[in-house]
Amino acid sequence: MQFFSQKKIYDFMRMRFAAISLSAFLVLGSIYLLFDRGLQYGIDFSGGTLIQLKYDKAAPINDIREILTGVGGFVNLSVTEFGSADEVTIRFSGSNDNLGTDIGESISSLLKQTGNFEIRRADVVGPKVGDELRNKGLMAIAVSLIAILIYIAVRFEWRFAMAAIITEIHDVIITLGAISLFRIDVNLDTLAAVLTVLGYSLNDTIIIFDRIRDGIKSSKSTELPSIINESVSATLSRTVLTSGLTLATVVILYFFGGSMIEGFSLALIVGMVAGTLSSIFVASPALLWFKFSVLDFRNKELEKLKRKQDKEKLRSMYENGRV
Amino acid sequence: MRNFKITYRLIIFTAVFVFGIVFAMPSFMQSQSGAKINLGLDLQGGLYMLLGVDNEEAIKSKIKSIASSLNYSIEKENIIIDRFSVDNDRIDFSLLDENDVEKMDLILKDINGLAVNFSNLHYSISLTPEEIKATQDYAILQAVETIRNRLDEFGLAEPTVAKQGEDKILVELAGIKTREDELRAKERITKAAHLQLMEVDDARMNQVYNMSEADAAQYGDVILSDARNENIKYIVKSIPILDGSTLTDAKVAFSQNNTPVINFTLNSEGAKKFGDYTEKSVGKRLAIVLDNKVYSAPSINERIGGGSGQISGSFTTEEARDVAVALRSGALLAPVKLLEQRSIGPSLGADSIKMSMIALIGASIAIVVFMMMYYGIAGVFANIALFVNVLVIIAVMAMFGATLTLPGMAGLVLTVGMAVDANVIINERIRELLREGASIKTSIEQGYKNAMTAIIDSNVTSLVTSVALYAYGTGPVKGFAVTLGIGILVSMITAIWGTHGMFDYFMRSIEKSNNTRLWFGYRRV
Repeated sequence: MQFFSQKKIYDFMRMRFAAISLSAFLVLGSIYLLFDRGLQYGIDFSGGTLIQLKYDKAAPINDIREILTGVGGFVNLSVTEFGSADEVTIRFSGSNDNLGTDIGESISSLLKQTGNFEIRRADVVGPKVGDELRNKGLMAIAVSLIAILIYIAVRFEWRFAMAAIITEIHDVIITLGAISLFRIDVNLDTLAAVLTVLGYSLNDTIIIFDRIRDGIKSSKSTELPSIINESVSATLSRTVLTSGLTLATVVILYFFGGSMIEGFSLALIVGMVAGTLSSIFVASPALLWFKFSVLDFRNKELEKLKRKQDKEKLRSMYENGRV
Repeated sequence: MRNFKITYRLIIFTAVFVFGIVFAMPSFMQSQSGAKINLGLDLQGGLYMLLGVDNEEAIKSKIKSIASSLNYSIEKENIIIDRFSVDNDRIDFSLLDENDVEKMDLILKDINGLAVNFSNLHYSISLTPEEIKATQDYAILQAVETIRNRLDEFGLAEPTVAKQGEDKILVELAGIKTREDELRAKERITKAAHLQLMEVDDARMNQVYNMSEADAAQYGDVILSDARNENIKYIVKSIPILDGSTLTDAKVAFSQNNTPVINFTLNSEGAKKFGDYTEKSVGKRLAIVLDNKVYSAPSINERIGGGSGQISGSFTTEEARDVAVALRSGALLAPVKLLEQRSIGPSLGADSIKMSMIALIGASIAIVVFMMMYYGIAGVFANIALFVNVLVIIAVMAMFGATLTLPGMAGLVLTVGMAVDANVIINERIRELLREGASIKTSIEQGYKNAMTAIIDSNVTSLVTSVALYAYGTGPVKGFAVTLGIGILVSMITAIWGTHGMFDYFMRSIEKSNNTRLWFGYRRV
């Protein structure tokens, strides 16, 4: 079986302006969403209380809301269905004073009259901890970006590293935009999803870069756009297959993974689509922006090769001399 | 068997396979002994708590305890002092008699870590900065140890109690089934169990309801309320006669009217101080104070030697037992505060496992079927490598006692998705060479070679990300990073060496059959 003719070279670079416009639109749209609507921080980062109840029938959401509002003292109270009609989550901020007393117990007694339910989860996060978790999360993203930048700069060239980082930032922003758009709670799981997108998209980008580096050394052409076209076309089959398979697993995760990881997988789906497309349409053109020169690179590689050969020559001479 | 060739790659792969089977088995079969993979609290249900240790309190109580032994020594040496006061982190007093300076210095020399400021017969004593640091460090280690001891007596399978950062303690209790158990565990952990024996200031008892805290402090007293009734107040000397540090044992017993009481025993030093004090204080009242609540305040009728005492109060038997456990395991030098608490019901955990298993199996089936259809036998090789990959991830996690969490499960599903990537790259490269008309043997050898830099570069960067995630992540992010990191490392062996080894083994058959469609899912034209 085969999806793409391997001989054909697609002209991706001709599409680059259309693709970049679309990317720019998505990125700007995401930034707009992030500023306008912002992110909905879950209690992991904002501090607060989350209680998940499962009723033996459809959950009386309105009754619950009424009772809790009537009692008062629950700041930013939200009562929402969770996954299925018989499960609800109750959320409120300002856990601070209640942290000592058992909040699950008091909610349980308040809602006694609403029917039979079981407390499936009760999370209380103090505001200080929330801050710390958020800082650590941002730190994790920053550190991985920097580490990657260094690695690519060493293994490839600094322009490749810059292009990769631009691609990463592009993907992370779009993923965050989707998180804002779909009102996915930002908590530790979502952070893990964003970081996965980062790693995954980088994976994609690097494989294409590797091909481009290969192409620069072996292609007849000296024009970067045509080398990029050759390389992206050659990896297209792989890109589509791997992305398709990975996407399939994440989609399965989204539909069957249960409501606990729904947000996580939705963020992954968006991020992976963005990551796959950006490795083709953002990463490679970015090399052009930085005025990457094929000839220079070839010369450098040649020099490197020459030095290596010289070294080997020397070594063999030395070894021969000894024998 | 000269048709088949066994290479080092196949041997390594087989060894990894066997390793995976042996060490992953205990995790699958619950009955078998051996290291099993830990399920995170989100998968099995339980209680997670992050406790903050109040370091300031540790200093205060250290100063207080120094003050009470200082007080004891001063009285024993018959030194006359004036205005003995204890501030939060300072002890102040003056000598009346200049000749006592020498004796006083001897007493002070015996106590380590004091910064003494002496002028005009006035002593101002605090802890040295090193001592403060040491006390704080000790407080958190002691809290970890104490909480661990208290939980051990609770009879839970594997409680985790670990120091986190400078002043936090992480507690994980898996397998807590009911809310009652949860409450009791929490109560036990957070109970300071700070026992103090204090002298009731009988002279001012009648004014207790008219005095403010500040008024009381002027006389070196504090106002404490009764354990059963908040409205009953006692005024007691702020410097305790003894505290729980001299306690050696605490047991539940029953009083004459069959209510549970706690009998405690003091060590020899405590017993002596207690004896000395009661001897000269006949007729006075002694308050038995636990966590700043007065449990009882009996009058002293005679010298109490032997160093045992009793806390009576309207305990239930269970409460009494919990208090006894807390006393026995030692007081928390510094009180702990709940900073974060997560409790997951067992049913939710079971649901989560079920759901993610469905996702994992579904994703695997999709990949396995597709790879086989697209790449033929090469796809089957990739599938075998994938299976071994998952097995080895589980084995390695079990060996290191790593915890599988819900995001970890997602990481596993994702690893499965990404692990085929290497084989897709390799197979695409092989097809490319076949298309160019290279021989099968060359195509395979060169295909692996050409694919290698891409695979290594992409895997190393993923590895870098997962290390950063592990280093800076917390909780679920960490679990995710562990699974992903191990998955990447293992897939380097299985996907690269494993499949190559299998090709090596069948090389002659592949060359003989020359049916590239069967072997690579691609017909050479």
